[in-house]
Amino acid sequence: MAAPRAPLHLVAPRWNAGTRGIRGLSRAAAPEGNQKKGRSLLQFLADRFYDVQALREYLLRKQAWKMHQKNRPFTYIRERYGPYAAGAYFILKLGGAVKFQGKEWIRSNARGHFSLDFLKLQTVPVEAVDASGCAVNYQGLDSLLALKELQVLWLQRCPHVDDWCLSRLHPLASSLQELSLAGCPKISERGLACLHHLQNLRKLDISDLPAVSNPGLTQILVEEMLPDCKVVGADWARGLKVGQEEQYQDITSPIPA
Amino acid sequence: MLRTASWPRWGRTLLARGLGSRRGGSAPDQNGKVSEIKKKIQSVLPGGAWNPLYDTSYLPPEHSDVVIVGGGVIGLSVAYWLKRLEKPRGAIRVLVVERDHTYSRASTVLSVGGIRQQFSVPENIQLSLFSIEFLRNINEYLAVVDDPPLDIQFNPSGYLLLASEKGAALMESNVKVQRQEGAKVCLMSPEQLRNKFPWINTEGVALASYGMEHEGWFDPWCLLQGLRRKVQSMGVLFCHGEVTRFISSSNHMETRSGEEVTLKRIHEVHVKVDHSLEYQPVECAIVINAAGAWSGQIAQLAGIGKGPPGTLQGTKLPVEPRKRYVYVWHCPQGPGLETPFVIDPSGVYFRREGLGNNYLGGCSPTEEEEPDPGNLEVDHDFFQDKVWPSLAQRVPAFETLKARSSWAGYYDYNTFDQNGVVGPHPLVINMYFATGFSGHGLQQAPAVGRAVAEMVLQGHFQTIDLSPFLFSRFYLGEKVQEHNIV
Ligand SMILES: Cc1cc2nc3c(=O)[nH]c(=O)nc-3n(C[C@H](O)[C@H](O)[C@H](O)COP(=O)(O)OP(=O)(O)OC[C@H]3O[C@@H](n4cnc5c(N)ncnc54)[C@H](O)[C@@H]3O)c2cc1C
Repeated sequence: MAAPRAPLHLVAPRWNAGTRGIRGLSRAAAPEGNQKKGRSLLQFLADRFYDVQALREYLLRKQAWKMHQKNRPFTYIRERYGPYAAGAYFILKLGGAVKFQGKEWIRSNARGHFSLDFLKLQTVPVEAVDASGCAVNYQGLDSLLALKELQVLWLQRCPHVDDWCLSRLHPLASSLQELSLAGCPKISERGLACLHHLQNLRKLDISDLPAVSNPGLTQILVEEMLPDCKVVGADWARGLKVGQEEQYQDITSPIPA
Repeated sequence: MLRTASWPRWGRTLLARGLGSRRGGSAPDQNGKVSEIKKKIQSVLPGGAWNPLYDTSYLPPEHSDVVIVGGGVIGLSVAYWLKRLEKPRGAIRVLVVERDHTYSRASTVLSVGGIRQQFSVPENIQLSLFSIEFLRNINEYLAVVDDPPLDIQFNPSGYLLLASEKGAALMESNVKVQRQEGAKVCLMSPEQLRNKFPWINTEGVALASYGMEHEGWFDPWCLLQGLRRKVQSMGVLFCHGEVTRFISSSNHMETRSGEEVTLKRIHEVHVKVDHSLEYQPVECAIVINAAGAWSGQIAQLAGIGKGPPGTLQGTKLPVEPRKRYVYVWHCPQGPGLETPFVIDPSGVYFRREGLGNNYLGGCSPTEEEEPDPGNLEVDHDFFQDKVWPSLAQRVPAFETLKARSSWAGYYDYNTFDQNGVVGPHPLVINMYFATGFSGHGLQQAPAVGRAVAEMVLQGHFQTIDLSPFLFSRFYLGEKVQEHNIV
């Protein structure tokens, strides 16, 4: 109630027209009609301050709502075809790829279409998921956590995967062997700390995590925490040539080109 | 001397505010003269309301629908939910009165930031589950257009509670309740414990419960600032001052059984502005007591507890400041990244702090050992004698720790049953409480704020039923039995 009054000052003071302030200068040069228009726009914005603000708040909320929509579970498919098909459908829908046990990788084509043949594989578990770059978030993990036999999970460059998500991975502890978090902008050392639940992990990629404050130290601590796991990682290793090449291979797409 | 020094300010306020502001012993006959002078000056000065000489922006408004005493995390959360649940937008005017904008003694910023669901009372578990959801989506709840997103630095490392043989059965039944409420907690045997955390000495441990999700610690300052930023954008007014007095009226009534009761209603809150003798009366409809450790005093100001003992009138708000120490130490061989928030059967707790093998922890003293809450000095012998021995016994690596720093803060300690007090007072009908959380107030703040706002706006609890936490339990003697108080 108090603060938003400020913009009114942009419009009101009449003495401002005479003084050559920043705004005064531009105004002095503008022809009369233009000046009026400019003023009335400001006047309009000032009058509509709350409306504009409410609109922007609404847009912000809408953005969040869209994310929720994208990540809601496919309850119907789960009931009809089981958790594996539902999980696979969810990932494919977001543009990722899945691999059923003993089958080829399935991914959607350039236009986002994919064949629904996998729905027939009801009892075949999903063993690998590549959700690189997908908009999976905390809520969307529900669908992934239902894949009890998941061994490989790639979450490279996922913009919404954060520390909260990592704290949810513990139900996969008995199966998960490989996890890649490379390039996720929201993951920090705080989330990495709860990967110690994943005692069967053999390979972990934590390279290129901008939110980790001490990449080198963090890698050492993660290695200590998961003694049986090969940790690929932190920035300082990038300087080494060998490391870089190896890393590149790891990140490439699951389907050999 | 004092009089001359404060006179210009006094005059200024009178001029700008008319009769609104008064000073301690103001003389009524002067008021007339002063308003005459004021008129004269106004007629000389150009520009009607524009009065740069008499800046009164530091004074609170003369009216506000709701006055919240205390701008800590609880007070701000109440303000947030009041504004969020109000209908239509801008329907109520909310004022937060905080006497210390640096929060130098506020519990919120002196706490260790933990959040857990490992409580024994279902309501406490629900409160903390609600709060964790709030924290997770904090950037949706507290989003402010054009401001950067908040990073509350949540460490999802879980709590590890250890139980001795004696406490094992209780722990098991507590975990059952926690799971029913939806918390992700697992039980561990000493054997499993050793496998998972080899640095723990399991001697004397019969059972452990470990939170897999939704538990850990975060940055309280960030939550506080986020709430502040948001409520400010929602139009809540802030005032830097201290609540010193309530003006209320009483109403004598008789119950059906013929008992006489006196209902009180607060009409005005006196806010004393910092570093000055002047005060401003704020007319209000509802007062919210969220003054943390000092809420007992605020209740007293409103006349709560002034009556014959044993009656509802004579029942005090049993909340008082209790000093608690937090110590930070360094231990190169200490437990690693996986370290949870550990609570020993002895009551000693610790957690990791950052990545550099630093840890922090402490212990609540026994009732007989309670230190004097007059200041916030730290007793280092307490660490030597009470905390360290238990630490070293539980984690042998801590035998060689090096103390780094320490601080002390106040628990808003409820001496009756160490649980929150939420909702209206039965006799002072427009004072609502949100206090007494005794060491778990930070984590419950988002949910408690909502509960109080529901009570104020709708007249009943909606999301979480907090009726066990009403004030009347002190009179009725019904304790909320929470076993996991740290
Ligand atoms: C060492 C320690 C560790 C803790 N650890 C945890 C934890 O791990 N997890 C957890 O959930 N909780 C923890 N707590 C408890 C938690 O900090 C408190 O329960 C919580 O912060 C209470 O918030 P509040 O807003 O009620 O109090 P405060 O933050 O103290 O706010 C009250 C405010 O009221 C103001 N005030 C008082 N009187 C007046 C007046 N007359 N006029 C105007 N303003 C006034 C004060 O200046 C103060 O800023 C801990 C507390 C301590 C001391």
